[in-house]
Amino acid sequence: MLLRKAVCAAILVAGTVLPLLASGADETSLRLADGAGLDRVQSYCSMCHSLDYILMNSPFQDKAGWEKTVNKMVKVMGAPLPAEDVATVVGYLDSHYGKDSSAPANP
Amino acid sequence: MDRRRFLLKSSGALAGGLLLPGVFSSASGESLPAGAVESGILDALPGKLPLIKRSFRPPNYETPVSYYRHAFTPNDAFYVRWHVGVPEIARADWKLRISGPGVKSEREFTYETLRRKFKMTEVAAVNQCSGNRRGLFSPHVPGVQWGYGAMGNAVWRGVRLKDVLEDAGLSATALEVVGNGAESPALTAPDFVKSLPMWKALDPDTLIAFEMNGEPLPKWNGFPARLVVPGWTATYWIKSVVELTVSDKPFDGFWMKTAYRVPKGMFGSSGFESQDTEQNSPITAIKVNSLVVDPAPGAVLARGRRAEVLGIAWDGGSGVRNVEVSLDGGANWRDAKLGRDLGRYSWRQWQFAIKPEQAGTMTLMARAHARDGSTQVDALVFNPAGYHHNVVQKVDYHVA
Repeated sequence: MLLRKAVCAAILVAGTVLPLLASGADETSLRLADGAGLDRVQSYCSMCHSLDYILMNSPFQDKAGWEKTVNKMVKVMGAPLPAEDVATVVGYLDSHYGKDSSAPANP
Repeated sequence: MDRRRFLLKSSGALAGGLLLPGVFSSASGESLPAGAVESGILDALPGKLPLIKRSFRPPNYETPVSYYRHAFTPNDAFYVRWHVGVPEIARADWKLRISGPGVKSEREFTYETLRRKFKMTEVAAVNQCSGNRRGLFSPHVPGVQWGYGAMGNAVWRGVRLKDVLEDAGLSATALEVVGNGAESPALTAPDFVKSLPMWKALDPDTLIAFEMNGEPLPKWNGFPARLVVPGWTATYWIKSVVELTVSDKPFDGFWMKTAYRVPKGMFGSSGFESQDTEQNSPITAIKVNSLVVDPAPGAVLARGRRAEVLGIAWDGGSGVRNVEVSLDGGANWRDAKLGRDLGRYSWRQWQFAIKPEQAGTMTLMARAHARDGSTQVDALVFNPAGYHHNVVQKVDYHVA
């Protein structure tokens, strides 16, 4: 454990700006932007994967891109997102993690 | 090297500047999406060193480039890539079943019977994710946003897939060998299943491996046995393999038919005709590539002092012919000194001495040529899934 701390310290010394963490982090440490639709995202997207999939895939997809991704998750991967919630989820992803989103990717 | 010494050595390497793509600005202007940089924290899975976390679940973890100083990537630093959850399998419970219309008689092996019945052999080979460097695509494409570290080099030990298939007996109609691992998909997602053409399955270097670098496979890397398909991208190297079906028609599962595809002809022939369509082909062989390992991009070099640049180069199995380095933006190239040849599927270490004389930015380019005549590209060959990024790397150093 001492060595792991040394490794982290070494990176800080090197001056790189890295979101470092101690060991034992897990997906509960992930924070997504507040907003309409977050509850749907948390309920459905995280059934199969951690929400860093959204973070890392931002902010370069436009609304059509996110729509394609959400549709793939529903139609190919079997996400049981109700049809009436698709627009809400796409809207949330586009507003907070879309190409021209001004919101921070990881607040 | 024992683990403690290795760790100490590694932390020394880190102090010199850990290479995290996206953190440094490369001269090529390539960088990861901002969200991938922010969420790409260092995190240690049980039994692994801290690696660059791309996603917690399923676990996708990238090897920091500094570990590529080793000819063979230490198992505890080896990258991790799963489509769904990692199976927990006890060696005593593991079985491998061989069946399908392409075999004369079905077979089932336990860990012990498989090892006892067939000759053990080994091969040194690069295991590289199809999407390695996807995160550096411009424009960005969705998917796991890998930097440079979705790959590793190891000595794989196991039995030949060929010997096992021939033991079951192949029928004249055998077309593809379909491999399935023990993991199950979430919800109704398609199971991760991949096929190989017979010629590749019967290649004497294609193995069912139990060990990497002299140790049992870590569970993160396919314990207790995985396919090793040297020269081809890692999507075919089925981890925790439990089922091999020899089919007499092209396998049409999602992960073959729809995913892991490149536009037809964009990267030459696939060598997998039964899976080619009019529009596209399966990604197959790894493209020739190289990587600067040390000093890390962005490092500060002392003016007038000699420095040794270390790198690696590899391809899909023809072997590395030479690696060239340019210090003047590509006008002039000089050969780097190649390290020992560890086998045609292994990467090859190289080194190049520089002595920067002027303060300021020094840009180094490295370009590998393979024995089959192929070479790295100057500009990205864009494809929608983000595969085969082998653009000549440009690395900036700061001379002071």
